[in-house]
Amino acid sequence: MTATTKSLRRWGAVHKWTSLICTLFMLLLCITGLPLIFHDEIDDLLHNQVKPAEAPSGTPPANLDHLLANALAQAPGKVPHFLIWDRDEPGAIWVSVGPSIDANPVDNLLIRMDTHTGAYLDSPDVTGRFTYIMLKLHTDMFAGLPGKLFLGLMGILFCVAIISGIVVYAPSMRKLRFGAYRAQRTRVVRWLDVHNLAGILLVAWTLVVGFTGVINTWADLVLKMWQFGQLAEMTAQYKDRGVPSKLTSLNGAVEVARHAVPGMTPSFVAFPGTLFSSKSHYAVFLHGDTPLTSRLLKPALIDAETGALTDSRDMPWYVSTLYVSQPLHFGDYGGMPLKIVWALLDILTIFILVTGVYLWMRRRKAGVSQERAIANAASIDNPVLTS
Amino acid sequence: MVAHRSLTQIFAAPLAIAIVSTVGLISALVGDGWWDAVSWAALGLPVLLYLAFIWRRRPN
Repeated sequence: MTATTKSLRRWGAVHKWTSLICTLFMLLLCITGLPLIFHDEIDDLLHNQVKPAEAPSGTPPANLDHLLANALAQAPGKVPHFLIWDRDEPGAIWVSVGPSIDANPVDNLLIRMDTHTGAYLDSPDVTGRFTYIMLKLHTDMFAGLPGKLFLGLMGILFCVAIISGIVVYAPSMRKLRFGAYRAQRTRVVRWLDVHNLAGILLVAWTLVVGFTGVINTWADLVLKMWQFGQLAEMTAQYKDRGVPSKLTSLNGAVEVARHAVPGMTPSFVAFPGTLFSSKSHYAVFLHGDTPLTSRLLKPALIDAETGALTDSRDMPWYVSTLYVSQPLHFGDYGGMPLKIVWALLDILTIFILVTGVYLWMRRRKAGVSQERAIANAASIDNPVLTS
Repeated sequence: MVAHRSLTQIFAAPLAIAIVSTVGLISALVGDGWWDAVSWAALGLPVLLYLAFIWRRRPN
């Protein structure tokens, strides 16, 4: 056996095992990911939402303190955690409230408010929705952080499978032109051609979507890192203080943040004592206005007792990486045509997974080891295999 | 069937497509309008090529 054959067999083994381990989970991710590409459209179709009042352009937004008071009147006994401007619907603002300031925000009630009138719109329970179930299956399979990290590990295996797939593509194509599809041959040959063709055409996309997905599974850890790193540094002088008993004006805090970071738009406010802020600050997160900078958030910390600016810094690289990786995973940054292309690429990825499993099963049944079949391109012409 | 192909021959087209796809992935992040259109075309290319290659050799 030559050194090249030996090395190809090793790559073949890597491709086989990494693929086999992650395939089932990748199928789950591709299938649940498909409706998630269109989650806004599906939600609009399946669920009725109260529409915000018509507001001619230039209508000033409602005072946020007034809006917050209206929201809290709908949820007696609850405390606000976050105030979130709707990305897609400028007429709506979400107020996220929990039973206490240190309660897990995952169980929060979301109240939708009218940006311009400050009036209550609705507070839909999203947890029963089709898109929510798909999202949970896609991100952590209802298994919390361990589920997330596990899927991240599967994503890493997927990336290794792609890279080893590029290597074993070469011997497979030694005697074939690019794009060869042997339509007259048996199914195992045709599906091998589909697997090779779709696999190699989609290399860049699957690697990027796969790896950005892996990065997204680390979001909770990245947030913790930021909390103990930059956020702790920015609020060091406040570290022994508790949550102030009376908070300064929210509207005032957002105004101070806007002036401190000119040219950026508020994205959300984290109330004092939540994960995204210190105990003594409103953290106002602002974003830019290009497709890229709209994903990059910059926090401005406003002292919740005095209403004065404490600090505002750009997020560290690891948070920026997370934010930039999100659109590249979701495909939601280039309008409806990009979403459709994203869905087609997702369907082709399902083809790659299914044909891959089929090839493995056929070769196993035929008693030909996958490594050998991959290392020796001629083996595909072996009658045992193609009959 | 063709004669033994070199690595350069095997990977020339895939490399070109990977570069075009990468341009498509980045382009819509950079701007809107034309930038989005570049992204649709560049990322739509692998899908179109797939369909073209499969249909070309479809059994009658």
